[in-house]
Amino acid sequence: MALLSKKDTKLITDPLADNNPITIQVLGICSALAITAELKASIVMAVSVLFVLAMGNVVISLIRNIIPSKIRIIVQLTVVAALVILVDLVLKAYAYELSKQLSVFVGLIITNCIIMGRFEAFALGNGPWRSFLDGIGNSLGYGLILIAVGFFRELLGSGTLLGFRVLGDPIEKTVLYAWGYENNGFMLLSPMALIVVGLIIWIQRSRNTSLIEE
Amino acid sequence: MERRTDNNTYTFFFAVGMVIAVGSVLAYAASSLKEKIAENKRIETQQNILYALGINENEGSKAVFVSTDKVADEFKKYVTKQIVIQGNQITEDDQAYLIDVKTEKELSKSQGYQRKLPLFVGEVNGETLYVAPIRGKGLWDAIWGFVALDKNMIVQGAYFDHKGETPGLGANIKERFFMDDFIGEHLLNANGNFKGIQVAKGNADPTNSDKLDNQVDAIAGATITGDGVTAMIKSDLSLYSSYFKALN
Repeated sequence: MALLSKKDTKLITDPLADNNPITIQVLGICSALAITAELKASIVMAVSVLFVLAMGNVVISLIRNIIPSKIRIIVQLTVVAALVILVDLVLKAYAYELSKQLSVFVGLIITNCIIMGRFEAFALGNGPWRSFLDGIGNSLGYGLILIAVGFFRELLGSGTLLGFRVLGDPIEKTVLYAWGYENNGFMLLSPMALIVVGLIIWIQRSRNTSLIEE
Repeated sequence: MERRTDNNTYTFFFAVGMVIAVGSVLAYAASSLKEKIAENKRIETQQNILYALGINENEGSKAVFVSTDKVADEFKKYVTKQIVIQGNQITEDDQAYLIDVKTEKELSKSQGYQRKLPLFVGEVNGETLYVAPIRGKGLWDAIWGFVALDKNMIVQGAYFDHKGETPGLGANIKERFFMDDFIGEHLLNANGNFKGIQVAKGNADPTNSDKLDNQVDAIAGATITGDGVTAMIKSDLSLYSSYFKALN
């Protein structure tokens, strides 16, 4: 027997493209705009969300039958916040360097709409294993877009990738800069992130017209 | 069948139970990890001070601290004296690096309190350097740093850090390309009065070859964080200027 049934595999692959949380469901946009000025931050955020969403989905799924429906949103929020703070505390004690890099993301993870969205839409109605897969799938789909946006913004905005000067030195005027190329400072500002996300949505929908809403 | 979970009493007790459960788990975690976290912070402060003194393990353009297992010995070796300036009084205190600049800043707002100003005297390659902590506000949250000066208030090293500045923009104040620009900059103007260092936009000197202009090049997209750095250098380092005047 395969580890993942066909239906389970779809839980992971769907959010990568045709049901991407950012480009199709338009969730998690705030963090996609805020932290994609460089590739490294995008990757760190993607990994953090992967962890929190998969864990949170499992926890919510396990207690889904005892959550009072009237306060379910508050319960969900408490679960995410508790998880994130717990992880942050443990990292502060045992991996201080890592926790410093993550500190700015903690607030952004708690308020990420994808997390609440998946709890509400999936984990409340499905078992832990499927919820876990759904969490992995959605955070991978989220991370994919984040990394794509981070790639273009860092490359065109600072001329670097993961901090390496791939286009030459802008001050010493080497490689590409010797030919008169200039970094585009606009790419570092949030509005350009929105435009990059918009371009990705445009390309995706023009390739698959069934995604266009009436 | 009506769901049991829609009941008001159930909802109420669930909420109470959840708060108690989550609260105690977090409180337990926080209190049991407290000492370990405080220890990490203490080590970090020592690493920051050593970094400003130029004692670090930088790799290429990346800022790397002295490793945690070596930091205590290195700190003892290079930081020869820690002093606390309080008004006209200067006392030696080998725990001065634990003085919380934030608390001191708050306390100094109340009347009649003389703020404690810690200063760390280091010997590096036969030269005496003075490291002072600074603290201010960035765009989202606190920013702080340590600046190493010689006796003429010329910057010999700087380390900046932040709590929650935007990654890729304001967060770049802790990158070497920004911090290294401060080295060699004068805090005093030509007349010997305190002027500070401005993080300047539209600076005509991006390679930072002019060290007498009291300016370093700003980071694109990080205006408010940069202004915060300018402000904390001005407000906090000026407090030390009378001490430095007395040195010469």
